[in-house]
Amino acid sequence: MNAPLKDRQAALQGMGESRLRKEDARFIQGKGNYVDDIKMPGMLFMDIVRAPVAHARIKKINKEAALAIPGVHAVLTADDLKPLKLHWMPTLAGDVQAVLADEKVHFQMQEVAIVIADDRYIAADAVEAVVVEYDELPAVIDPFKALEQDAPILREDLAGKTEGAHGKRYHHNHIFTWDSGDKEKADAAFSAAQVTVEQKMFYQRVHPCPLETCGCVASFDPIRGELTTYITSQAPHVVRTVVSMLSGIPESKVRIISPDIGGGFGNKVGIYPGYVCAIVASIVLGRPVKWIEDRIENLSSTAFARDYHMTGELAATNEGKITGLRVNVIADHGAFDSCADPTKFPAGMFHIVSGSYDIPAAYCRVDGVYTNKAPGGVAYRCSFRVTEAVYLIERMVDVLAQKLNIDKAEIRRKNFIRKEQFPYTSAFGFEYDSGDYHTALDKVLNAVDYKGLRKEQAATRANPNSPTLMGIGLVSFTEVVGAGPSKICDILGVGMFDSCEIRVHPTGSAIARMGTITQGQGHQTTYAQIIATELGLPSEVIQVEEGDTSTAPYGLGTYGSRSTPVAGAAIALASRKIHAKAKKIAAHLLEVSENDLEWEIDRFKLKGDDSKFKTMKDIAWAAYHQPPAGMEPGLEAVHYYDPPNFTYPFGIYLCVVDIDKATGETKVRRFYALDDCGTRINPMIIDGQIHGGLTEGYAVAMGQQLTFDAQGNIQGNTLMDYFLPTAVETPKWETDFTVTPSPHHPLGAKGVAESPHVGSIPTFTSAVVDAFAHLGVTHMNMPHNAYRVWQQLQASGVTS
Amino acid sequence: MIPPSFGYSAPRTLPEALQLMVQHGDAAKILAGGHSLLPMMKLRFAEPGHLIDINRIPELKGIREENGLIKIGAMTTENELIDSVLLQQKVPLLPEAARLIADPQVRNRGTIGGDIAHGDPGNDHPAISIALDATFILTGPRGQRNVAAANFFLGTYMTDMQSDEILTSIHVKPFSTNKTGSAYCKLKRKTGDFATAGAAVVLEISAGVVSLARIALTNVAPTALNAKAAAAALVGKPLTDASIKAAVDAAMAICDPAEDLRGDIEYKTAMAGEMTKRAIRLAASRCK
Ligand SMILES: Cc1cc2nc3c(=O)[nH]c(=O)nc-3n(C[C@H](O)[C@H](O)[C@H](O)COP(=O)(O)OP(=O)(O)OC[C@H]3O[C@@H](n4cnc5c(N)ncnc54)[C@H](O)[C@@H]3O)c2cc1C
Repeated sequence: MNAPLKDRQAALQGMGESRLRKEDARFIQGKGNYVDDIKMPGMLFMDIVRAPVAHARIKKINKEAALAIPGVHAVLTADDLKPLKLHWMPTLAGDVQAVLADEKVHFQMQEVAIVIADDRYIAADAVEAVVVEYDELPAVIDPFKALEQDAPILREDLAGKTEGAHGKRYHHNHIFTWDSGDKEKADAAFSAAQVTVEQKMFYQRVHPCPLETCGCVASFDPIRGELTTYITSQAPHVVRTVVSMLSGIPESKVRIISPDIGGGFGNKVGIYPGYVCAIVASIVLGRPVKWIEDRIENLSSTAFARDYHMTGELAATNEGKITGLRVNVIADHGAFDSCADPTKFPAGMFHIVSGSYDIPAAYCRVDGVYTNKAPGGVAYRCSFRVTEAVYLIERMVDVLAQKLNIDKAEIRRKNFIRKEQFPYTSAFGFEYDSGDYHTALDKVLNAVDYKGLRKEQAATRANPNSPTLMGIGLVSFTEVVGAGPSKICDILGVGMFDSCEIRVHPTGSAIARMGTITQGQGHQTTYAQIIATELGLPSEVIQVEEGDTSTAPYGLGTYGSRSTPVAGAAIALASRKIHAKAKKIAAHLLEVSENDLEWEIDRFKLKGDDSKFKTMKDIAWAAYHQPPAGMEPGLEAVHYYDPPNFTYPFGIYLCVVDIDKATGETKVRRFYALDDCGTRINPMIIDGQIHGGLTEGYAVAMGQQLTFDAQGNIQGNTLMDYFLPTAVETPKWETDFTVTPSPHHPLGAKGVAESPHVGSIPTFTSAVVDAFAHLGVTHMNMPHNAYRVWQQLQASGVTS
Repeated sequence: MIPPSFGYSAPRTLPEALQLMVQHGDAAKILAGGHSLLPMMKLRFAEPGHLIDINRIPELKGIREENGLIKIGAMTTENELIDSVLLQQKVPLLPEAARLIADPQVRNRGTIGGDIAHGDPGNDHPAISIALDATFILTGPRGQRNVAAANFFLGTYMTDMQSDEILTSIHVKPFSTNKTGSAYCKLKRKTGDFATAGAAVVLEISAGVVSLARIALTNVAPTALNAKAAAAALVGKPLTDASIKAAVDAAMAICDPAEDLRGDIEYKTAMAGEMTKRAIRLAASRCK
């Protein structure tokens, strides 16, 4: 007999179900398989000699003592890579980067030489034994100083080049100028404005600091001429293309495998010198070579995020209606421009900076600058530079509200893009696909009793004996994710589509292979749920495989919240191809016309007749056993999805803090996060991603920063100083949602894992500044650690 | 993060350990919990030629009461301090403070003896020992000697201990339950962090008058500080806002902190004052 519909539905564990994560069983039992778990016969270890100073000429490198240590196989420097033309490599941003410092050191901890030894202990000793003589040069740490007329020339290799990858370079330490919007129109809005505000802010240099550091195992087989590399990469297919281009090995003989990845957050998108060196070493020595960074190396040399010096300006009416926006950014990219952005966007999607607001005139300009710091500027749990953009506009709206003495919620309500305006084209040219900001805002304000909180705050302010200051932060962010339409987005010329290949097996189980790679997002769980719903097969029997370029279809990888918006759509559309074929088979088996069939959860049935049906499982068998005459056997499909647009998830976040007047410590009393990511595939995983993103946002706002002293020595590059919150520090999170599906996405889904990071960071600043707002403070730079907040308490004359 | 190679011995008795120290001379280092020593070795800041692991010497462990003294073996771990019922009753400052040290992993292995012997002004036990007026028992080839905590810490990583001596135990007088109160207030950035500033306070209040006070400060000078003038500002009178302020000012006056990412001199000094204030108030509230 037929089981009830709802039981059949539940058996699928499809979309909308809080299906438990498939990945966890192996992770919580220590059975994950990370790069450092890979062992190969004859494997050697690589370690890196790094620069102790930030800017210097290399006078001499003496390898003798290192080579004399038993078990050391090789010591290589830039001079050894030169004949292979591998001492420099192209970056994803159109610059070049030294693989090993070539005559000159550009930042502290830069790669200067590599040693290869029998084991990592010998390698570590050999690193100490390599003697490098340096001639120190003045280090330039501040990008404003870097642009001064007589600043030292940092990149001598670019001397005389006035044209960079993104147009004119106006100074020897200048990388690019990039702008967007209509400057004249924006200037006109400012000339005509009743009110204007301006605020400078610095978004500090932070680091994604994934728990697993970067590394690889490179294995070149000299007999077959094949290269296999296990690597900590968020984009293995791109790595394969780059490795093939650099090494000259045909792409078909290069196999890149991202096994289990212990977090990426943007840190594992780029190609690092360590990877290149390990690959070269394996080719030279004909043996597998492993390289694994330690924590200090990870924090000091692999890609950082942010380091944006921003100035925002708003023009508005006296009533608080925003009429214009201008933004100017000095972007510190460090020693090499190795940002990982779509090729045409040296400042990523920074021009989403008009936010959730209907701003008629806007202009932004970003100038990239070289300094003697590690290269990077990656998207740390966000779409390219979206965190910076959202931070700026949300801060500016607060600043304007303060100037006009309008409530933060009110001014947002007044300026939101209204529901009926979608699809909405911003002054920067983005087409926002959908949104309903007013509804979300009201939901949050009601949930937290916003009026009550403001009343309480007024009472606290009035009480001189209160040991704390109370602050309320509010943010209404819009993200732009799912890069991206290949007409505008590419990496090294490869369009930013993504892909899925599904094979349904004769007995009704299936395997899906993807161009993305999970690093904690739970793809093996959620992707299977999409297929389960689309094809009516239980998610339990659907395997999801990613990360091996020899088996998976080409894709651009996982970052910028692109997996669900791009690969998720590819899954749906590959499934639909199979679905269409299955329908033909069902019609054939039931001897009816396709038009007489309807789909119901897990089967095609004759319209109006529950007794005549074929389940997808029946159909799978038939596809291999008795397909209709003239039809290819089998049941599989591949889809490459090139999105027509980005998706625009949004959210409203509210935060209440209490600041200790004596110590400057900030306690997050309440944090309420409402997210709208469109269609929700797995609510439990969404909550988990939001908790994680909020926690990382908290870390950035309240504690994370990589600082440098005047000589360019990096400070705080261990976890003693670099803030990774534990369960003890992490506030309690309250989550909520609305659902505004994306109209152009096959599932209506928008991507979620980065929203909480993007949205929460300005919320914390908004709350901390709000605590001081009655004292005339409009902005405080992050991180809002106790020491810095205490300095503000002193400056504002607050005593305990 | 990999140390150079080194030798290793794990003696079973104290005499054996002392003999090994003589044998290896300056190359030797005692290995206790390893949570200060091993990080320094991994960073190659310390490169001892030989480690003498004293974890397997039973007589260095345990907490007992004997002849009116609480005797704590140097190899007692932080977690053992926290769990000790004897300490909770008779020297509650120690379990309270130990909870604020590092994180559970470190507390599982880190020892009170190692924390003291290391001579790191960032460590918490030095100030706590001073506030408790503890006595350290040092054993060496020339026999045993006792050193008062207040005289032990000479500078950063410098103590009164000779290179061939082992800290074997720590002696503390039990609190007189009806009048002693104590508190340790520590400001830190996060779990597992050393103090931005910390203050240990032991008070006795008899008939409304402070009859005894000891105050010591963590991480605001090259060594833990014995804030004698601060304590003196409290003694012989009832505890008032004015006397607390005098004590706080006296405590701040002796601070000599180094600027680092935790804060500048001004902040750390102010926080030493704030922690002193809080610890005095808390200790007083515990004098019953
Ligand atoms: C992440 C982290 C956070 C920390 N946070 C704190 C904190 O907040 N507060 C704090 O107080 N400490 C902190 N510590 C240090 C920790 O408490 C150490 O355990 C302690 O400082 C040293 O004790 P140990 O037993 O580990 O000694 P070891 O590291 O083994 O030894 C330290 C030194 O003392 C010598 N030594 C050890 N025992 C003896 C002995 N019996 N006689 C003679 N010499 C001896 C050793 O030779 C060595 O030089 C932290 C450590 C870490 C790794």
